[in-house]
Amino acid sequence: MNDTALANPVDGAYLITGVCFILGLHYLSSPKTARLGNRISMAGMVIALVATLTQGIVGWWEVGIGMAIGAAIGIYSARVVKMTAMPQMVAAFNGMGGGAAALVALGDILRLLRDNNGFVAAGSAVPIVLSCAIGSISFAGSIIAFLKLQEWMTGRPIQYPGQQVVNALLALIVLASAVAVCASVAPELSFYVLFAAALILGVLFVLPIGGADMPVVISLLNAFTGLAAAMTGFVLSNNVLIISGALVGASGTLLTILMGKAMNRSIANVLFGAFGAVKTAQGAVDATSGGSVRAGTADDIGTMLAYAHEVIVVPGYGMAVAQAQHSVRELADQLEKHGVEVKYAIHPVAGRMPGHMNVLLAEANVPYTALYDMDDINPEFPRADVALVIGANDVTNPAARNVTSSPIYGMPILDVDKAQNIVVLKRSMNPGFAGIDNPLYENPKTVMLFGDAKKSIDELTSVVKGL
Amino acid sequence: MSAHLLSEITVFVLAVFVGFEAISKVPTMLHTPLMSATNAIHGIVLVGAILVAGLPDPTLHPLIAVLLVVLASLNVFGGYTVTERMLQMFKPKTDVQRPVDSARNKP
Repeated sequence: MNDTALANPVDGAYLITGVCFILGLHYLSSPKTARLGNRISMAGMVIALVATLTQGIVGWWEVGIGMAIGAAIGIYSARVVKMTAMPQMVAAFNGMGGGAAALVALGDILRLLRDNNGFVAAGSAVPIVLSCAIGSISFAGSIIAFLKLQEWMTGRPIQYPGQQVVNALLALIVLASAVAVCASVAPELSFYVLFAAALILGVLFVLPIGGADMPVVISLLNAFTGLAAAMTGFVLSNNVLIISGALVGASGTLLTILMGKAMNRSIANVLFGAFGAVKTAQGAVDATSGGSVRAGTADDIGTMLAYAHEVIVVPGYGMAVAQAQHSVRELADQLEKHGVEVKYAIHPVAGRMPGHMNVLLAEANVPYTALYDMDDINPEFPRADVALVIGANDVTNPAARNVTSSPIYGMPILDVDKAQNIVVLKRSMNPGFAGIDNPLYENPKTVMLFGDAKKSIDELTSVVKGL
Repeated sequence: MSAHLLSEITVFVLAVFVGFEAISKVPTMLHTPLMSATNAIHGIVLVGAILVAGLPDPTLHPLIAVLLVVLASLNVFGGYTVTERMLQMFKPKTDVQRPVDSARNKP
């Protein structure tokens, strides 16, 4: 852009959009203003889309039909999706964005090749190959994450001999074809090779990652799509794409780091460690040898809960699987009628995406003021009469504190074992996702209530009601 | 490197820092809506999709162009709808409807 050229008013509109997005994220800092933030962000999106449609569009059919189909499916599925299925919904939408970025790159490289007689300048090729590669990996990876979360394929890590070698080879092919495109060596063919290799790499890189590590993967794929969108901004010389993509890239990266910290594992370990593979079950076994587990009845436990002063509920993915969040809320209501104070302790990686438990409990009408982060609730456990663990396992495992050989050693945990009494609702004695035994269950203060979480809680509720 | 590219990189880098600043203030409680909100924001790639699919002399096959716009639109419309749905559910204690007044029934 030189000084004599008049500024395009559309760029002004894009600037407003960028500001709206930043304000939208800013207002997300409090649940009170979060909805306003989302509205502002939405307004920014509308401004950008309207401005874009004034740019001499002739392909109204393609754009109109595409937007109509996308909006219809998108809004419908977003309305009917269950809150427990939110991680896979977000993964799916994320993948769509990544795929779109890759196709934008395809459209642009074809235009460059056509306009320049099959030649492409390295400067314009770099962002194109980046947005294609990152977008494709994000698209394919998100689809696999979706399939795993939806349980249309196993959530366990899928491993085969030579996996790392195959992935490294694919990464090399992606790199080599990207260089070939930039050097204008058979650019069109190289671009298709790049596209295909990146798609396969996306599939293969999520396959060995287990379900419990999904919070990290989803955050990372979110960052990827953001980066891909920013790269299309460089391709199209469009500031609003650059700004928005950078915002999302930063957000996804930050969340990825936070999730890694909450599990005390490096991102590389999550991506390449195949955590949760059956073989990782060694380590904690010796820590728990010889203990015995005490099983209780709903009558006893219900009575104990009703006569407590303070109960801390510790929800985990098991609560989501059993769809038990509404039952938990009913139990809490009954307990509060008996004068019991009920609080909820949320571990940062409980569930399948960052903040998953908060959304589920909010859906069940639990006020957000009763939800506590790990750091805020941990000092509270010694004062609590009962800690009620519902479908949470590894995030309560005291082995993380002192068993150096445990695979989760060093992971910050909820201090459930410090409560006066501990009640654990569990389907069976199978170890948790990471395949690690939990010494908490053999603690003399612990009572187990076996069975489906929802059924168990409903039983407890009727006991408390009858008192 | 052209001056134009450098100014674009400037915008990118500054936006990354703004992103880090804004996101680090979001409480963990809202991380799922945050992820969904940023998800919707990268739906801005729809702008790119419209330009690639809609400008004269398109290079993509019309069906691929439609697919491109469908993917990006799914991201935008689905993303915002789902975020709105989630945020609606976050209520402070006073707004939550209690079936029975809990204070009155304390033993």
